Amino acid sequence: MKSIHLVNDDLRPPGPPPRRHLLSIADLAREDVERLLGTARTFASSLDREVKKLPTLKGRLVVNLFYESSTRTSSSFELAAKRLSADTLTVKSVGSSVDKGESLKDTAVTLGAYDPDVIVIRHPQIGAPQFVAGATLAHVVNAGDGKHQHPTQALLDLYTIQQELGRLDGLHVAIVGDVLHSRVARSLIQAFALVGIRCTLVGPPALLPRELAVEKTTDIDAIRDADVIYVLRMQNERMQAGANYVPSLREYTARWGITPARVRSGQKVMHPGPMNRGVEIDGAVADSAESLIEAQVRSGLVVRMAVLYDVLTGGPVGVRALAAAEVA
Amino acid sequence: MLWAAEQQQANVVFRGARVLDPAEGIDATLDVRVDNGIVAAVAETVDANEHRVVDAAGLVLAPAFVDPHVHLRTPGREDEETLATGTAAAAAGGYCAILAMPNTDPVVDSAATLGALVEAAKEQARVPVGFLAAITRGQSGEELTEMGELADAGAVAFSDDGVPVSSAGMMRRALQYASITGRPLALHCEEPTLSRGGHVHEGAVAAELGFSAYPSVAESVMVERDLALAAFEEQPLHLLHLSAAESVAALRRAREHGVRASGEVTPHHLVLTDAAVRSLDPNVKMNPPLRAERDRVALLDALRDGTIEAVATDHAPHARHEKDVPFEAAPFGVTGLETAFAVLYSELVEPGLLPLQTLLARMSSGPARIFGLERPRIAAGARANLVLLDLAGTTRVTEDGFRSRSANSWLLGRTLRGRVALTVANGAVVHE
Repeated sequence: MKSIHLVNDDLRPPGPPPRRHLLSIADLAREDVERLLGTARTFASSLDREVKKLPTLKGRLVVNLFYESSTRTSSSFELAAKRLSADTLTVKSVGSSVDKGESLKDTAVTLGAYDPDVIVIRHPQIGAPQFVAGATLAHVVNAGDGKHQHPTQALLDLYTIQQELGRLDGLHVAIVGDVLHSRVARSLIQAFALVGIRCTLVGPPALLPRELAVEKTTDIDAIRDADVIYVLRMQNERMQAGANYVPSLREYTARWGITPARVRSGQKVMHPGPMNRGVEIDGAVADSAESLIEAQVRSGLVVRMAVLYDVLTGGPVGVRALAAAEVA
Repeated sequence: MLWAAEQQQANVVFRGARVLDPAEGIDATLDVRVDNGIVAAVAETVDANEHRVVDAAGLVLAPAFVDPHVHLRTPGREDEETLATGTAAAAAGGYCAILAMPNTDPVVDSAATLGALVEAAKEQARVPVGFLAAITRGQSGEELTEMGELADAGAVAFSDDGVPVSSAGMMRRALQYASITGRPLALHCEEPTLSRGGHVHEGAVAAELGFSAYPSVAESVMVERDLALAAFEEQPLHLLHLSAAESVAALRRAREHGVRASGEVTPHHLVLTDAAVRSLDPNVKMNPPLRAERDRVALLDALRDGTIEAVATDHAPHARHEKDVPFEAAPFGVTGLETAFAVLYSELVEPGLLPLQTLLARMSSGPARIFGLERPRIAAGARANLVLLDLAGTTRVTEDGFRSRSANSWLLGRTLRGRVALTVANGAVVHE
C-alpha cells in the first residue's frame, strides 16, 4: 500500500526555467507597456520601407492555434510573424483533430513536439493560454481566452490612442456596452489603470459587473466627458430570448447605442470589431472622421510584431529595457 | 445502517496517549486497552494482557472521525473510486464511518441498487460505510423515491446531492413523507435559475477574471426556503456543504426558533476563498464555489459556536484527464478524506483559530448525532473507533500518495502538520 510521502520542501525537483509569455495585462508593469509600445513604433517606421520584411525572427516557428473564429486577430498575428521572417503554422479547431474531440492537453503536446518558439492561442475557455504554457515549452501569447483577457487588443488600443491623441496619461475613456461578457473590456480596464487613463463603464445594469472596482454608470450621458468612446460589441448570443440582460436590442440601441447625436465634436470613437452596425454603433459614427477603428486594425500588426519580438528576446521574467532601435 | 467487511478485531494497548474525547469530557494522559475490538480499560496504567503495545506518548488518541458526505462513485465510475479505495482513503484519514451520496450511475433510488451496494460493502469496505438514497427518482426532482422501502433496506438518510430539489412543492412532500422513516433529508441548496452556468462565486475575482458566476444568494435563498418548509412541517433537515454567510445566519436563526436543522461545512470552504481561483487550478473548482473572506469567517464562527455541527469532506474523486483541462471545462469537486484533519489542524487549530477539542467534536460526535449513528467514544464497553494523531508529524501531499483512486486534491504539493498515525474502525486496526 502506498503511503503519503514525507519529503522536505527543499527536496522538491526544480521546475522548468520560467519563460516569457503574454497571458494577461495583469502580469505587466507600466515599463513593460511602454517598452512594447516603443518597439511597436520602431516596427511601424520599418513598415514605411519598400521591402517590409525584417530578418529579426528568421528560423523561429510561430504556431497560431485558433479555437474560435477570428479575422483580424489571426490574420494580424500571421502577418506579424511573416513580417519578422518567422515560419508560421496555423491550426484552426475546425477541420483539425480538435473537431474529433482531442483534448487541449493532447493538442498542445502534439504541437509542442515541433518545438515551436511561440504558440499564439485563442480559446473559448478562461485560462487556456496558461494551460498551454504549462503543457509545452513554448512562449505563449494569449490571443483571447473566453471572457478573461485579450491583452494584444488592449496594447494595440493603447498604441492607437497614443498615436492619435499624442498621450495616454490623464485621458478619460468611456467603455460602453456589454462589459460582463467582454475580454476586451477586462484587459482594457487593467491597461488603462497601468498608464493613468481614467475609465468609466457605461451600460445596462446586468452587463456591468458590480464587483469591478471601476467607475460605473447606466447613464449614457456620462460619455460626454470622455476623450474616447470605446464601444463594445453587443453579442447576439447574449440577446437570445430568455437571457433578459436587456429587454430587446431595440431598447438597447435606443438607450446605449452610439449615434452621431451622442458623439461630441472632438471625441474619438473606437471599437474592437467586428461591429454590429445599427446596434451598438451607428454606421455614420463608425465611418466618421472621429472613428479610430481602421487605425486600430493597422496598429494590430505592429503591436503584435512587438509582442512576438518581446517574448522571444526579452528575459524570462520581469522587465528589461530593450533598445528597440537595434532591430530597425 | 453501516456496513463493512469483517476484519480481525484488535487486541492492542495504547500506552501514555493524551486521550481526548470531548463528548466524554476526557483530556488526560492515559492508557487505553482494546480487547477483541472493544474498549476494555481506560486508566492511568492498564495491564497489557500480552496485547500488542503502541507507545503513544506525545500522541493524541481521540474518537475516530465520521464523514457525513463522500462520493464513492460506485456504481458507474469505478475508475474514479470504489468502495475499497474510498474506504481505504477514509481509514488513512482517521475515519471510522463515512456516508456515501446517491448521485451515482445509476442513482441509488431503489432498494435493488441500494441492496447491491450493501452487499458490495460487506465484501470490500475497510471502514464502515452508510448509504444515502435519493429523494426523487433519478434525482430528477419529479417523483419521490420509495423512502419506506429504502429505509428498510438501510438508507441512512435521503439526498439529491449534486442537484437541488428545485420545486418547493416537491420539497414539502419529501419532508412529509420522510417523516415515516425517521431519517433526515440532507439538502443541496442551490436555486438553479440563479446559479445556472456559474463556475465560481460571484465576486471581485469572477468580475476580474470573467468567469460566469454563481452568487451566494443562489444558496441562501434555497436555504431559507427549505428551513421555512421544515419549520412548517416540523421535520428535521440537514444542510449540506454550506458556503455563504447568509446561509449560516439563516441556519442560526432557524435553530434558535426550534427548527431541527443541522449543517455541515467542508475543509476547503473553511480554509480557502475565491482568491484561490486566480490560480486557474481546476482543483479549486467545487460546488458550491469557494466564496469571499466574510463567508469563510462566518462558516468558521458557526463551526466554533456549534451552529454548524459537522465537518464534511464532500470527497469528490475525478479522473485525472477530466481535471487536466482549463478551469471551465473541469468538473466540480475535490478529494478530501485523506487530508481533512491535517489541513484543518494546520490552518485552524495550530494558528489558534479553532480549539482542537472543537475540531475533534465536529469531525466525530457532531456528524454522528445528526445522522443517528452510534457516537464514537473512548469508554469501557464501547466498540473501538479510535484515531491516533501525531500533531507534530508532517505529511507532504503528493499525487502518488493517495489511497483514493483519484488525486484531485487542492492540497497537492503542500506540507501539512497533524498526521493520522493509526485508525481503529469498528474494532479493527484499519490504518497505520
